[in-house]
Amino acid sequence: MGTAVGFTLTELDLAARLLETAQRALPGAEIEATVDRNRLSLTRFANSVIHQNVGEDTTTVGLRVHADGRTTAGSSTALDDAGMAALVERTVLAVRVAPLDPGWPGLAPSAEPGAAAAIDEATANATPADRAGVVRAFVDAAGGLETAGYCLTNHWSGAFANSAGQAVAGESAQCGFDGIARRPWHGGIADGVARHAPLRFAELDGAALGARAATKANAAVDPFELAPERYEVVLEPTAVADLLQSLVAFGFNGKTVNDGRSCVRVGEAQFDSAITIVDDPLAVGLGYDTEGSPRQSLLLVDAGTTVAVTHDRRTAAEAGTVSSGHALGGGPFGPVAIHAGFDSPGRAEAPPGAEVEGPAADASVAALVAGVERGVLVTDLWYTRTLDPRQLSVTGLTRNGVWLIEHGEVTRPLRNFRFTQSYAQALMPGAVLGVGDTVSPLLGDTYSAGSPRWSTPALHLASWNFTGGASG
Amino acid sequence: MSQFEVAEAAVHAAIDAGATYADARVMERRYESMSARNGEIEHLGQHGDAGVGVRALVGSGWGFFALPELDDATARTAGARAAEIAVASAQVSRRAANLVPSEAVVGSWSNDVEIDPIEVSLADKGDLLVGATATMREHGADVAEGHYQIWETAKWFVSSEGHRIDQHVREAGAGIAATAIGDGETQRRSYPAMRGQYGTRGWELVRDLDLLGNAARVADEARALLSAPPCPSGETTLVLGPEQMALQIHESVGHAIELDRILGWEAAYAGTSWLDLGQLGSMRYGSELMNITIDPTIPGALGSFGFDDEGTPAAARDAVRDGTWVGVLAGRDSASVAGLDYAGSVRSEGWARLPMVRMTNVGLEPGPHTLEEIIAATDDGIFMDTNRSWSIDDRRLNFQFGCEVGYEIKNGQLGRLLRNPTYTGIGPTFWQSMDMLSSELEPWGTPNCGKGQPGQVGHTGHPAAPARFQGIRVGVRA
Repeated sequence: MGTAVGFTLTELDLAARLLETAQRALPGAEIEATVDRNRLSLTRFANSVIHQNVGEDTTTVGLRVHADGRTTAGSSTALDDAGMAALVERTVLAVRVAPLDPGWPGLAPSAEPGAAAAIDEATANATPADRAGVVRAFVDAAGGLETAGYCLTNHWSGAFANSAGQAVAGESAQCGFDGIARRPWHGGIADGVARHAPLRFAELDGAALGARAATKANAAVDPFELAPERYEVVLEPTAVADLLQSLVAFGFNGKTVNDGRSCVRVGEAQFDSAITIVDDPLAVGLGYDTEGSPRQSLLLVDAGTTVAVTHDRRTAAEAGTVSSGHALGGGPFGPVAIHAGFDSPGRAEAPPGAEVEGPAADASVAALVAGVERGVLVTDLWYTRTLDPRQLSVTGLTRNGVWLIEHGEVTRPLRNFRFTQSYAQALMPGAVLGVGDTVSPLLGDTYSAGSPRWSTPALHLASWNFTGGASG
Repeated sequence: MSQFEVAEAAVHAAIDAGATYADARVMERRYESMSARNGEIEHLGQHGDAGVGVRALVGSGWGFFALPELDDATARTAGARAAEIAVASAQVSRRAANLVPSEAVVGSWSNDVEIDPIEVSLADKGDLLVGATATMREHGADVAEGHYQIWETAKWFVSSEGHRIDQHVREAGAGIAATAIGDGETQRRSYPAMRGQYGTRGWELVRDLDLLGNAARVADEARALLSAPPCPSGETTLVLGPEQMALQIHESVGHAIELDRILGWEAAYAGTSWLDLGQLGSMRYGSELMNITIDPTIPGALGSFGFDDEGTPAAARDAVRDGTWVGVLAGRDSASVAGLDYAGSVRSEGWARLPMVRMTNVGLEPGPHTLEEIIAATDDGIFMDTNRSWSIDDRRLNFQFGCEVGYEIKNGQLGRLLRNPTYTGIGPTFWQSMDMLSSELEPWGTPNCGKGQPGQVGHTGHPAAPARFQGIRVGVRA
C-alpha cells in the first residue's frame, strides 16, 4: 500500500512489478514505470503565529507506453495489485486509440545514474516540532516585529524501470526557510526578508534569519518615491534567483531553442564574461530524470558564452543530440534546469544572516554597494511575467525592500517600482559590473517535493528599466 | 468501506487525539490532458489519484495531514498525524482559533454536462488538436500549439460538527495558440484566451469553441502583428476586450478581496491587500458602473460548486456594489478573526492540500452598453485584448499588463493593428475611470490560479465584458 512502500517493497521493486504487469498486458511495447514517494511537510506562520501546518506522505506510480506508433501516460496512487492492474488496463486501452506520435524518441538505454550526493537523514526525518522550533527562533529574533513565512522539509525517494533494461532508484532531501519581518510606519508597513535553503536542516538558523529580516524591515520605513527611469542596480541573491528562473525556463530550455523562441544561441558570447551558469541536480541527490536518463552537472554558460542547453529525449531527438537528463515528466514546458546557479571557482555559500551593516543581505552585497556611485539596491523581483521570450523581456515589480545607493552607501529607502526589462540585455557583455563573492542557496517554489533550488550571488548591473512607481 | 466512512474514521481519530474540531475530505480525481504542436500530438496523459486529507484544531493550533489510501487504518493514521501537527503549531501561537457558526449540512451536488468529456474518443480529441495546429502552420505560424484539459472530481466531506456532503464535479476546456517569430521578437495570438476557455461543463464547451474554425485567423493575426506598428506611449482612452477584463478582475479585484490576504495570512508569499477592513461598506473601489459579485452558483462557470470545502452551501454575495466595496471572500476561521458572519469561499486543490480562501466566480454584472457602442463612442483611444503578461504588486494595487493584440480607435472606428500593447495603473484609480461597460457578459475560466504553500492551483471563474477606461497610461516598453 502507498504509505507502506518503505516497509514492504522498495520503490525499485514496485517499479519492476508495474513494468512486468504492463509488459504482460502489452508484449513488445516500449514501457516506462516510475515510482515517486513524497514526504512533504511545511510549517507556515503569519502575524507571528503558526496558522497553517501541513504534511503528506504520498506514493504515486506512473506508466508511459509507446505501441504501434502511439504514446500515452498515466499515473495512480493505488499501489495494490488491483490498483496497478487498473492503471495498466486504462493505459493500454488509451494507447490503442491514442493519436499517432511520430516524434516519439524511444526509451532511455540502460545506464548508471549520476553520482548523486547522499541525503542528510536529519533533514529527511525532521518533525513538526523541529520545524516549529526554527519558526520560534525566527519570531523571537525579530525584535517584536510581526513575522510571516514558512519552514519546509521534504524527503523524496523513487525508482524508474523501462523495457529497455534501465532500472534506477534515488533519494533526495531538501529544506528551506523563507520569512519576513514587518515594521509598521505611519504610511504603511515595511517588510524585510531572509531566506535560506541549505542541504542540512541543522544549518537552518532561525535566529540569524529573523535578525536579518528585522534589520532590513527597520531600514525600509518611510520610503520615498524615486522617479522611474533606468538606474544602475545591485540585485541581492533573492532577486537574482528570479533572473535565473526565467533564463532556464525560457532561454536554456531545449524546447524553446528548437522552436526558435529562445533568446539563447549556443556558441555565442551573449552574456558578460563575469557570468557562468551551471545546473547541478546531483548536489540535492537527483541522479536520474523522469525518463530514466542520468542527470549530470551541466555547464550552460562559461564566462559569458552559452555552451549548452537542456534536453529531454524528445527535444534532443529534434535537435539531433542526446538528452542532458532534464526531463520533467512530459507536459508542455519542456526540459528545464531547476537546480541552476551562477558559479565561479572558489565561490562559497554565504553564511545566513552574516554580520553586515545596514539593509544589505550579506557582506557580499555590501561590497557591491560600495562600488556604486548612484543606483538602486533591490531585494526581490516580484510577479514577473514574460512579454516576449525571444528577448526575454519581463514585466514585474520590486518587493521586500528597495534602497537608494549614493557614493557607495545605502542612503534611504525607496517605494517599490514597476519595471519592464529584458533579462538577457541586463546580463549582456559589459552590463555586469560586479558579481558577489558568495552565493545563497534558495528554494524556487513549494508546489511539490521536487522544488527547484537556485544558487545565486548578488549582481551589480549597469542598467535596469524602472517604468513606474507608487503614484502610477 | 465507503468514502464517507473513511472520512468519518479520520475525523474520529483526530478528535480521539485531542482535537476540538476536525474535518476530512476524501477525494477521487481523474485528469486527462492532451497537447499538440505543429500538427502532431506531443503529449497525452491520464492521471488518477485518491486520498484523504484531515484538518484538526487542537487548542489554538491547526494541523493538516494527508495520505493516499482509503481504508480505516490509513484514515485513522491521517487523523492522528493531523492532531500531532496541530500540537506542534501551538509552539508558536498566541490566540484562540475559532470558526464562525455553520449549519451541519447533509447534502449532495453535481454539475450537469451535455457530453461527458472523458467518454469522447481520444482519436476524435486528437484529430481536433492535430487539425487545428496543422491549419495554423499552413497559415504561417512558426509554432502552432493546441491543448485540452479535463478534470473529474468526486469528493466526500465530513466534519466533527456533523457535515456530510458529497459532490461530483466535471470540468473541461481547451485552447489554441499561434506564435510567429520575427527578427529578434515573437508575436503570439491565442484563442479563445491565453490558456483557453474552461468551465464546469462537458465536451460541449470545447465543441462550441470551434477551434478548427478559428485556427487560420489566429495564425494570420500572429503573422500580421510582426509588421504592425508598436503601441504608442502615452495617456489615452483604453477599451479592454472581455478576456483581458477577466484577467483585470482576477488580479486587481479577486485577489484583493481575499480575507486571508487582508488579515496578513499570505503576507510573506502571495501578499496582502490594499483594502482595510475598517472601510468595508464605505470605500470607493470604482465607478458607479462597477458591480462585482462572488457567485459560485453560476451554471457552467469554472468557479462553481454546491458547497465549499468547509461545507458552506454556495451562495451569491456582493463584493462591490455601485462602486463601493461591500464584501470579501472568506472562510470560517478568517471570518471569525475579522468579525464577519459569513464564509463560503474555502477550497483545496485536492485531498493532499489544506483548504484555504480562494476565488469562486468573481465577476462583473452586465453594463448598459455593447462593445460596438463603446467603440463608436470613442474618438481617440486603443482597444486591447488577450493577456500576454500580468504583473501586480503584493498589495494588489499597482499593476502593469501586456496584451497580445491592440487596435487604434479613431473617430468611433477600429483602425490599425498595434503590436506589444501594454497598460499600467493603480487599482481604484483605474476602476473609477471606467465610464462604459458592455452587457456582453461571458464567464471566463482561469484554470491556473496559484496560491498557498505548499502551492495549490485553483480554478476560478470571472464573468467579464468589454469596458472603457479614461486617462490610462499605455505603451510602456523595455
